[in-house]
Amino acid sequence: MMANKKAPAKKKAAPAKPRPVKTKPQEPPKEMVMVYIMGKAHRVPADATIMGAIEYAGYQIKRGAGCREGFCGACATVYRLPGDYKIYTGLACTTLVQEGMWLSQLPVIPAQKPVYDIKKLEPNVAAFQVLYPEIFRCVACNTCTKACPQSLEVMDYIQAAIRGDIEKVMDLSFDCLSCGLCAIRCPAEIVHYNVGILGRRLYGRYLAPKSPELEARLKEIQQKKYDKEYKELMSAKRDVLKKRYYARDTE
Amino acid sequence: MYPEYMRDSLKLVDETRQKRLELEKSGKPVFAPMTAEERDDVLNKFHPDYKKESRRVVHIGPNKGEEITTEVADILESHSRIRAELFNLDKPDYETDILIVGGGGAGCAAAIIAMQNGAKSIISTKLRMGDANSMMSQGGMQAAVPAKDSPTRHYLDAMGGGHFDNKPDLVRAMTEDGPEVVKWLEDLGVVWDKNPDHSMYVLHGGGTSRKRMHSCRDYTGAIIMRTLMDEVRNHPDEITVLEFMPTVELIMDKKGHCAGGVLYNMETEEYFMVRAKATIIATGGYGRLHIRGFDTTNHYGATGDGLIMAYRAGAKLMYMDSVQYHPTGASFPEQIAGFLITEKIRGAGGQPLNRHGELFVFPREPRDVESAAFIRECLERHNGIQTPSGRWGVWLDSPLIDIIQGAGYLYKNFPAMVRQFIRYQIDITKEPMLVYPSLHYQNGGVEINAKCESNIPGLYVAGEASGGVHGRNRLMGNSVLDYNVFGRRAGKYAAEYTKHVKLDKLSLKHITAYENELKKARIKTDRMAPVLLPSYTPEDVRKRQLTAHYEGTLR
Ligand SMILES: Cc1cc2nc3c(=O)[nH]c(=O)nc-3n(C[C@H](O)[C@H](O)[C@H](O)COP(=O)(O)OP(=O)(O)OC[C@H]3O[C@@H](n4cnc5c(N)ncnc54)[C@H](O)[C@@H]3O)c2cc1C
Ligand code: SF4
Ligand code: SF4
Ligand code: FES
Repeated sequence: MMANKKAPAKKKAAPAKPRPVKTKPQEPPKEMVMVYIMGKAHRVPADATIMGAIEYAGYQIKRGAGCREGFCGACATVYRLPGDYKIYTGLACTTLVQEGMWLSQLPVIPAQKPVYDIKKLEPNVAAFQVLYPEIFRCVACNTCTKACPQSLEVMDYIQAAIRGDIEKVMDLSFDCLSCGLCAIRCPAEIVHYNVGILGRRLYGRYLAPKSPELEARLKEIQQKKYDKEYKELMSAKRDVLKKRYYARDTE
Repeated sequence: MYPEYMRDSLKLVDETRQKRLELEKSGKPVFAPMTAEERDDVLNKFHPDYKKESRRVVHIGPNKGEEITTEVADILESHSRIRAELFNLDKPDYETDILIVGGGGAGCAAAIIAMQNGAKSIISTKLRMGDANSMMSQGGMQAAVPAKDSPTRHYLDAMGGGHFDNKPDLVRAMTEDGPEVVKWLEDLGVVWDKNPDHSMYVLHGGGTSRKRMHSCRDYTGAIIMRTLMDEVRNHPDEITVLEFMPTVELIMDKKGHCAGGVLYNMETEEYFMVRAKATIIATGGYGRLHIRGFDTTNHYGATGDGLIMAYRAGAKLMYMDSVQYHPTGASFPEQIAGFLITEKIRGAGGQPLNRHGELFVFPREPRDVESAAFIRECLERHNGIQTPSGRWGVWLDSPLIDIIQGAGYLYKNFPAMVRQFIRYQIDITKEPMLVYPSLHYQNGGVEINAKCESNIPGLYVAGEASGGVHGRNRLMGNSVLDYNVFGRRAGKYAAEYTKHVKLDKLSLKHITAYENELKKARIKTDRMAPVLLPSYTPEDVRKRQLTAHYEGTLR
């Protein structure tokens, strides 16, 4: 895709250098497709991502792009394809365009996020009942799961929350990007990803087994066990330090 | 799907796999690690930093006369986005204890700790909160938790990794706070990977002498970042988040304290002044400057804004002559060019191979050396594979990992990676990935001490924007630790500072003074910084934008 190859057009003083990655440009003639960005027709390279296509068409994205690699969920997009009644969902940064695609980004999904004190919650179903009572309205239609660009079992983690199975909520929602595509499709108006975050935080804080080694190490540090060695290392001359470094054993 | 012409080479990778598996099992290095001389040689000839054009002298400001990365020198020698005289300094639009610039990991950690120390804050951030490099780390975070490890050993590893140029007090702070950060994050609800016996599940990273890489599957950054964001949102009375409102300049007071910043609403194009008793810069790195034309692993807003804002106000930069290229950025398919393939792939046994399916470098050399070796294999030895669009790459044999570690290992431990490629019909459990170095990390930054103080009173810096802790080469896993340790410290010390500082009248004189310096040095340019966002508008579109007005890269 064109987009991520270009340097920002800002340099003047530095003469343009040959691109190190492209020593022998041999680009084949580009195959193009027609897409409709917010209803407007644009011809874009057939191998472009949706994000690349939007930029190729001349838009400067301000909302709707974050990590550009499928981690942040800033680029939720809905689209339809010709001759197909279905609404499709995807991430603009990782979904490829298709001929006739009719698309629009949803860079922000209005969602509620109740305020809570993690220290005062208990890791059971009550937390969900109080903060996200609407999850009990789930009609098990599975639309959320179908909408998820991460292919997560979204309905199953909502069902797990209903049962108070926090470990399952954590496990099934672990790779959630908070893109909101599930939430925008849900007939029960649930904000799935926030339910997932709550489940994971409850699990991490209360249910994950605690590491005895960690507690022991924290105590050592509190008792300043490493003070002396730190002082030694910090005042050591470079060659002394170097020697110690190269002489250290490796696990 | 790989194009037909790559099939022969892919076949060779398959054919040599058994032999390479036996090598791996022998317990000896699969390829001889380089000697010190060999390292120097490959770095000198092939690492982009060692090329003459990579650096140039900067002519103005606190680091005047120093050789630094060319693209950074360019943004330092550029115009401000604002004209000082347009602002009414008696009427700030917001008042707060601490202005935090950047809503990534360091910024959010700082806000939470500042709040616990009694200070209110405003987070000014360019995109949404969490649209940041912190969201993207997959590999993990170093911390000396296991009994056979120690914080001082971590100290030694970090110093060696940074070629002993690291600032000792910073490295101590980072390594000694490490275990506390693991605990703090767990108490906030981060789900760390654990062993069946409840100990932390830890792995090696490049340059570690003990396994101490903590992870949350391969969504480490996402899990930590979303936990921190959620906590920030749980305190709307103490922490105000202003999204799509980047800071474009710092505000000083007449006595030379940093006293807040000028914010720019990118959508309505309004400017707002925030008066703050202390300011924390947590703007992250600069991958989107596409240094030397390289693709980058970084998020959309990584344009080094903190560097120029602090520099104009008089802050010193450190180690701005070194850039980290990650050896394994994706090279194919084109749509994901530059994306990060985590170092853990090589940690788990993935081997880099040339087009003959042969090993040509030890898989876990330090990042700079490994990157240089990849470039040499492609550009000098012509043993790389070229993609249809002309990019170079070498194979990274991932299927081998499932053979070494057991079937299903990749699916379980690298779901993000598997997903990234399967979208393009490449199953990395069956076929290797094509990789090439990608612009990854800003090794240097604004010089700080262990309290995150810069040389300007009231200006604190934390995370990737700061310089000193990693010397000239950061080890994997130390920057997630860095932004937590120093984000927390910045929050704490800035909060303490706000209790006694008395601000004088506000001033933007430093902006005008800097413009004069530019003029005096006869620097004529239309560059404008902070850059804010890169522009990917194609040339032919630009040519038709007959009445458009660009300020730097932004229309
Ligand atoms: C793909 C990837 C993988 C990585 N993997 C690892 C790993 O496994 N282990 C490890 O230790 N490190 C890793 N790193 C590095 C590490 O993630 C970062 O160095 C670290 O997260 C930086 O944190 P930060 O808070 O300083 O910056 P960021 O998290 O980038 O946050 C900076 C924030 O400031 C905002 N901002 C920028 N300019 C302005 C402005 N002018 N005004 C307001 N806001 C602004 C940005 O948009 C962003 O939200 C990885 C990095 C990347 C890109
Ligand atoms: S879309 Fe809503 S109602 Fe349907 S299964 Fe998912 S959570 Fe339940
Ligand atoms: S669960 Fe919902 S918010 Fe999370 S990735 Fe899937 S669709 Fe997006
Ligand atoms: S831009 Fe982050 S997921 Fe697409």
